[in-house]
Amino acid sequence: MTKKLILFSSIFAFLIFLTGCQSLTVLDPKGPQAETTADVIMTSIWTMLIIVIVVFILLIVMLVKYRARNQADDYEPPYIKGNKWVEIICVGIPIIIVIFLSVITVKSTYEVEGKPKGYENDEPLVIYAASSNWKWHFSYPEENIETVNYVFIPTDRPIEFKLYAYGPIASFWVPQLAGQKYAMANMVNTLNLAATEPGEYMGRNASFTGEGFAEQTFNVTALPPADYQTWIEEIQATAEPLTEDKFNQLLEPGRLGQETYTGTHLEFSPPPTTHHGAKESDGTENTEQEMNDSMEDSMEN
Amino acid sequence: MEFFDRFAVPNPTFTIYASMVAIGLTMLAILVGITYFKKWGYLWREWLTTVDHKRIGIMYLISALLMLFRGGVDALMMRAQTAIPDNTFLNAQEYNEVFTTHGVVMILFMAMAFVMALMNFVTPLQIGARDVAFPRLNALSFWLYFMGAMLFNISFVIGGSPDSGWTSYFPLAGNEFSPSVGTNYYMLSIQIAGLGTLITGINFIVTILKMRAPGMTLMKMPMFTWSALITNLIIVFAFPVLTVALAMGTMDRLFGTHFFSIDNGGMDMLWANFFWVWGHPEVYILILPAFGIYSEIIPTFARRNLYGYKSMVISIVAISALSFLVWVHHFFTMGQGALVNSIFSISTMAIAVPTGVKIFNWLLTLWKGKIEFTTAMLYSVGFIPIFTIGGVTGVMLAMASADYQYHNTMFLVAHFHLVIIPGVVFAMIAGLFYWWPKMFGFMLNEKLGKASFWAIAVGVCLAFFPMFISGLDGQARRMYTYSESTGFGIWNMISFIGASMLAIGFILIVYNIYYSTRYASRDISSDPWNARSLEWATHSPVPDYNFAITPEVQSLEAFWDAKKKGHKLFKGNYKEIHMPNNSGVPFIMCCFFFLLGFALVFSMWVVAIIAAIGIFSCMAHRSLEQDHGHHISVEEITKTEEKLGGAKK
Ligand code: HEM
Ligand SMILES: [Cu+2]
Repeated sequence: MTKKLILFSSIFAFLIFLTGCQSLTVLDPKGPQAETTADVIMTSIWTMLIIVIVVFILLIVMLVKYRARNQADDYEPPYIKGNKWVEIICVGIPIIIVIFLSVITVKSTYEVEGKPKGYENDEPLVIYAASSNWKWHFSYPEENIETVNYVFIPTDRPIEFKLYAYGPIASFWVPQLAGQKYAMANMVNTLNLAATEPGEYMGRNASFTGEGFAEQTFNVTALPPADYQTWIEEIQATAEPLTEDKFNQLLEPGRLGQETYTGTHLEFSPPPTTHHGAKESDGTENTEQEMNDSMEDSMEN
Repeated sequence: MEFFDRFAVPNPTFTIYASMVAIGLTMLAILVGITYFKKWGYLWREWLTTVDHKRIGIMYLISALLMLFRGGVDALMMRAQTAIPDNTFLNAQEYNEVFTTHGVVMILFMAMAFVMALMNFVTPLQIGARDVAFPRLNALSFWLYFMGAMLFNISFVIGGSPDSGWTSYFPLAGNEFSPSVGTNYYMLSIQIAGLGTLITGINFIVTILKMRAPGMTLMKMPMFTWSALITNLIIVFAFPVLTVALAMGTMDRLFGTHFFSIDNGGMDMLWANFFWVWGHPEVYILILPAFGIYSEIIPTFARRNLYGYKSMVISIVAISALSFLVWVHHFFTMGQGALVNSIFSISTMAIAVPTGVKIFNWLLTLWKGKIEFTTAMLYSVGFIPIFTIGGVTGVMLAMASADYQYHNTMFLVAHFHLVIIPGVVFAMIAGLFYWWPKMFGFMLNEKLGKASFWAIAVGVCLAFFPMFISGLDGQARRMYTYSESTGFGIWNMISFIGASMLAIGFILIVYNIYYSTRYASRDISSDPWNARSLEWATHSPVPDYNFAITPEVQSLEAFWDAKKKGHKLFKGNYKEIHMPNNSGVPFIMCCFFFLLGFALVFSMWVVAIIAAIGIFSCMAHRSLEQDHGHHISVEEITKTEEKLGGAKK
């Protein structure tokens, strides 16, 4: 009784879970990075399922077979010390599983941290994404435009999001395109992703930042390259320029709708100077020189 | 008038005013009640000044149950708010306060207190000691914890609750983004309670290493005592990190330093690192004593010795070492790159190996046993399947690339509740039912106990399994609401139903305590479960001095072998027993600590200085005091033993 109910409820929950998998956001990837993580997740679920089933079966067998009611009144359980071979199995099998998962983890982590698979040789589009309470500011340095709370990207081209924050630590997350990465005040993080299909994707801050956190979302629209180019040109022709005053207004705590400007805030309000995860041409991340620079900067302030 | 403005709650609502009135009336009722029944003297002599580890354990227990109630109400409010989309039961600010206080209260003031309660009550008995090594320090630990908890709990009626999460990440927790005094309460109350924990750590390490009964070598210690030893070692290594981090955070908030600020060379990532260098070992501080409890209960009711004692010891030692090497898994997404994340992924997954060994050993303890399903046993075997699910999802989270998708989502919330509830909470309830007769001399009702198990076990599954799904569907944690179009509604509704069942289960436990106190038979033996370790070798309830004659131990399961193989535990005759004196100083000193904390929260420097002088005066008093304890005479021991049903031989 005890275990059966728990077993059934968990199997039931699991079935709902598995049947629903395809429609769950994280497991419905639209780009190589998210696809890698979705694969890892599914592999780990199946692996873990084996362990769960083994433990459940052992438990049920023990509980049914050895409960007092099913045994003679004068039965005296023996003294059993432990057995070398049993222990080797109990340690060995988990170690093998952990090694298996470790290999997958290391491989996939390098994969999602690097350039998206299949686009290694393409020139990435760089977009700066800055969080402020409770908005996202997207700057396109090449195209010289800036948007608030929404971002357009071309499909089939690697995108490099440069993440940082005005204020609390936020976490940039577009589950169908890639996993999260923090946007922080003292450091620029790089998030690599690419979209393979045109469409609208949910993006949000996943890390708690205070009162307006629940609504700190943004829309990601992936467009075929030609449409994307049209959009850029349209903005460049029609949007108002972003002034420093205007930008400071935007930074005020609160919620905003979607907004569009020409120019970016990068000139008058540059991002932090410490970089992480960006592969510089010489292959070093975040050189000591940069660290010292940023220290000096902050001393002067 | 201006002076008093600071005490106002920044976001008052009807509920808060109602609570203020309710708290005021309850306090008044308690004070009037104590005066009416002339219990002040009793309270002071028997409880406020006690240094007896058993009474201190019971005071921890009562506090833990109170805090469980507080944290539970918070939880129900959260689940009610998110049960339907676009709900307006709580606004964002209220929700933020509620999840913050829920986390802090449950981990630091409920679970920790529960662990301390059982550790205090059981450990000295299991090693055949008369008390802990430093009884008065033990009282100090309890009162520090208690005053810390009270300080934290008054925040919501005086000055406002903290609202930046139990993790309190800077810069969010800094003055710029959290201007109310709430986060000051967080920093100072945890600091005060944490000092108490650190002192307990030292106290119990010394107790276990130096005060074991003759013959009890380390490898003859009961498993719970082993887990207590390792837990306290982790405490001694982990809590100083928290102490330092909180001190730095307090200075940032009160004195304008820049340890964790955005500008002037501050480093926000430093807080996250400090927090988890303490925080991950902290979750093992909670779980290891729970493992110890299961290792006592499962053999008792399987009527068999614990399988693989040696590998159990090795695995907790391995877990404790590894627990300091994994903290980065709490922020794989901070941008430290693939190499660092890979290393911490592997170290994290490695913890699953010793944990797995323990699970298999418990399963093998059931093998060839003769299993009896008492309430304590039900909770212990119910723990295994649910904890396994929590544990394997932990391994999934440990895979850095996948964690980029789970981090900060409901998936994570599901993981840690499915390890903490079956792990810690089930163990504490199981331990409560198991040791209750030893504490109070009567048993809790088994029927009500089993009913509570079913409500709680089904409740946990309903409350937390749906979160795996909504997490994978993109629901971030800590969102006060979500729109209908997200489709999260159904999962959160199921979760709310589960939370309500959990509440019913806890109410059943409290009712059980009331019911059994009134109606249960007082005529029970000192060993009602037919158990195996030393605490069952003395009377129930336990006399002040624990054992009239110090037991002598020959084997691992000393009491069992005394019963089965006729080993003699108690040799010789009664001798005078030397016991420590009660003292009011720890209580008074901690009142000053409370005052100091309160004064610092509101930057009232004069009061703070006075309170600090009070604290140092108490310490000076202790240094100069002559106190050699007292002796219990042979006649008195004989009398007490007779009264409790005859000498234990
Ligand atoms: C098999 C062993 C375990 C593994 C591999 C594991 C792994 C993890 C990982 C990787 C995270 C961070 C996930 C994230 O933030 O994205 C996490 C969070 C957490 N774990 Fe575990 N865990 C294990 C056991 C436990 C146990 C036994 C407890 C408590 C008794 C526990 C309590 C927690 C808590 C409280 C958090 C989240 C805290 C927060 O962010 O608020 N875990 N775990
Ligand atoms: Cu951890």
